Amino acid sequence: MSASFRTSLALAALSIAALAAALWLGPTQIGSPFASDDITRTIVWDIRLPRALTAWLAGAALGLTGAALQGLLRNPLADSGVLGLSGFAALGAVVAFAFGFAMFAPAMSVAFALIAALLITTLGWASRGPASLVLIGVGLSSFAGGLIALALNLAPNPGALADLVNWTLGSVEGRSLEHVALAATLLVIGAASIFAAARGLQALTLGEEAAVAVGANLANTRTLVVLGAAACTGGATAVAGIIGFVGIAAPHLVRALVGHDPARILLPSALAGGALLVCADLAVRLLPTDTELKLGVAAALIGGPVFALIAARLASRGGDA
Amino acid sequence: MSGLLLLHNVSADLGTSRALEDVSLDVATGEVIALLGPNGAGKTTLLRAALGFVAVTGEIKLGDASPQTLSARDRARRAAYLPQRPQSIWPISVEALVALGRFAHGAAPDRLGAQDQHAVNEAVEACGLSALRQRRMDEISGGEKARAHLARALAQHAPLLLLDEPTAGLDPAQALGVADILRAQVEKGGSVVFSTHDIALAAGVADRVLLMKSGRIIAQGAPVDALTPGALHEAYGRPARLERIGGSFAAIFER
Repeated sequence: MSASFRTSLALAALSIAALAAALWLGPTQIGSPFASDDITRTIVWDIRLPRALTAWLAGAALGLTGAALQGLLRNPLADSGVLGLSGFAALGAVVAFAFGFAMFAPAMSVAFALIAALLITTLGWASRGPASLVLIGVGLSSFAGGLIALALNLAPNPGALADLVNWTLGSVEGRSLEHVALAATLLVIGAASIFAAARGLQALTLGEEAAVAVGANLANTRTLVVLGAAACTGGATAVAGIIGFVGIAAPHLVRALVGHDPARILLPSALAGGALLVCADLAVRLLPTDTELKLGVAAALIGGPVFALIAARLASRGGDA
Repeated sequence: MSGLLLLHNVSADLGTSRALEDVSLDVATGEVIALLGPNGAGKTTLLRAALGFVAVTGEIKLGDASPQTLSARDRARRAAYLPQRPQSIWPISVEALVALGRFAHGAAPDRLGAQDQHAVNEAVEACGLSALRQRRMDEISGGEKARAHLARALAQHAPLLLLDEPTAGLDPAQALGVADILRAQVEKGGSVVFSTHDIALAAGVADRVLLMKSGRIIAQGAPVDALTPGALHEAYGRPARLERIGGSFAAIFER
């Protein structure tokens, strides 16, 4: 049994444990999640279950996308949030909501994430190190932020959009099984695309030209990862808003357990991302704050310092990050 | 035997400067060819052009087809390439790196068939890496890294090896070890084109040398015939000669 498989099993078990905990624990104390009274059933199965599943699916999608983008761009700092895919996906949804075609918000999220993925892989393909790629991502993220503000500015009915601003902060509060179905569908599509690129990502370990020389079709690899990243990030953002750093933290943790092979970290990164976000959401729910802390805010509070540490470690090894 | 690689009147520009000028070369089965010449002579460009990585005028054939019309996979089955500065961006194990040579045969480092595993084992042993198989690429020495990348190219089992400075950074004993690996490759029915700055090593191992300068081939043939004092002087801009001492060669440059 390979390290990757063992780690995946352990992370799957951890995900299930976290999901079970999320059903059982919460600000409202319940005796048993399986109690048959109406109140318990509503709390556990109508409120907590969709919320926990949404968190897991969004985390898995972002963890997987982070691992895939890192392999494609050969850069351990790549992630949907840092590279602006999440920002663009949110922009797509905001545009859809603000101009009155809310039903297309998920499609717009995916489409806008695709635009960002194309931009970042085109602009960042030849980047000479982690730092320059991240700078391109910072540019795209700020641009997306600016455009979100512009969309809210120009929207015909700004008063109703306060919720929208809140939503971009990232949360899985009050989600339904429809959200779960949407995120799951897009995760399956995105994962199929990304796993099809796995061998190409392995070859890219040799650098671009040597990867081609061993027989890799890099145009295919790139297209598959870009499409997969757009579907996953679009889906995750459509149901949960912008949640940063999961895509960096999950592959980083996984490498410590399974090594650096860019194909073998894909599945464990998805499982780790899911488990991470369910745990983070559980923490957010259990924290005794007056207003519930946003999941995206919590992710940034934990993930930001982690990101800085990874970047600092890369820099101390002589990389240019 | 049919040619493994043919270049006919090939010229190429890199940016605004001429990198190859009217180069012709025919590589048959069973020969080791050394590319010599000063820095910037066009050795790397010639190797990259053979794989279709450089836009050229003139004709290039890898086997029976132009490298640019071949799929990456078909090209990889005809020629293996070792770049001048081979990379392992992620610190994977030596064995996983060598296994990437099996890519064109449909294998992945974590999914090797019996034939793939055999090719990997053979390449690992040929390059003296048996004890280092599980070591990470960032935990081994420069010379060990160079041999791991050479093993990756060998594992590809292509009839033609295109190696850009395979002995760079190796000590003299290890460089001779690489020379032995290249000769063994020919005995197995393959051919090798490699670039080097080690004139003595090239003279000792190659059936033919190509001496390049400013993108042109200024001398070629058997080492002792091609590497005349005149040709060496023209290539490197200093008086030089090749001397035979016993079974070995020495290249002597005057101060």
